[in-house]
Amino acid sequence: MVRGFAILLVLQFLGEIISTGLNLPIPGNVLGMGLLMLALGLKLVRTEWVEDAVELLLSHLALFFVPAGVGVMVYFDLLAAEWLPIMVSTVLSTFVVMAVTGWVAKLLEKRVAPHDR
Amino acid sequence: MIGDLLGTPLFGIGLTLLCYALAQLLYRRTGSIFFNPVPVTIVTIIGLLTALRISYADYAVGGKYILFLLGPSVVALGFPLYTRRKDILVRKAPILIGILAGALTSILSASGLAWLLGGSRDVVLSLAPKSVTTPIAISIVEKIGGIAPLTAALVVLTGCIGAMCGPEFCRLIGIKDPAAMGLAVGTAAHGIGTARMLEVNRLGGAIAGLAIGLNGLITSFILPLLFLLFR
Repeated sequence: MVRGFAILLVLQFLGEIISTGLNLPIPGNVLGMGLLMLALGLKLVRTEWVEDAVELLLSHLALFFVPAGVGVMVYFDLLAAEWLPIMVSTVLSTFVVMAVTGWVAKLLEKRVAPHDR
Repeated sequence: MIGDLLGTPLFGIGLTLLCYALAQLLYRRTGSIFFNPVPVTIVTIIGLLTALRISYADYAVGGKYILFLLGPSVVALGFPLYTRRKDILVRKAPILIGILAGALTSILSASGLAWLLGGSRDVVLSLAPKSVTTPIAISIVEKIGGIAPLTAALVVLTGCIGAMCGPEFCRLIGIKDPAAMGLAVGTAAHGIGTARMLEVNRLGGAIAGLAIGLNGLITSFILPLLFLLFR
């Protein structure tokens, strides 16, 4: 478990160094996600070294968003000032994006992987 | 005495875990998507802090430790992507084109709707990257000139909507394949949607995790270009 967390944190740290060093728009943790895949693929890291830590983090992923959500309270005035365009656009657009993404994938998947269902 | 304790990490961490544990209990007992633990916990904590006149800064002393775990969790999303790589590679075209379509739709529908409803320029710009994960969304908004804190709030709101009704909405409109559903929820509702997808289906969750990164990447390239055109 400790080894797994150490590996994840080292990869995140490397990601942060690459992100700030090259001034990339992609944050270090997202680069770290790619680095973990790379490390697993190149067999630098074995799946059993990290799987416990991964399982623990991913099964509680939703919890880690709570503090950012509570941060919304600081910007109530901003949200209240133009609540109508903000709420309508946020809600509708979220559903439209899910529909378009899902339909496009479904349409293409029928041609690509029909054997897979 | 109690006032002193508010300034310690114990308060924010304890309050978050307590509220989240109770919210999970409520979610399991009711089985209702409207009691998704993330929005329920957020609303409860905001309510308590407001009622007790405790500042967000006092809460954040502990809250930031929980937020910290988001970093290694995003790295951890690489694990299901690796172990499910065969399922993902066989779908590379639908995944890439689906996310590209979703990224474009998100930018245009979010800012377009707000513009049609009379939103100010600041609000229109701040809404544009709302489907992208928080750190990427903020760096995009700083580039195009919206209000970064407003974007952060809208990103969380978007995530909660996708987490609450994403999988149900997808089934309703005929997207039942877990890969396509994960792609839709991850592209629209980033990490909070992905957390829900991981509960629904493992492959769907892995693809949703991939969508967080790819949508962030695509949007951070397209959005500044689009706004150059409309300037």
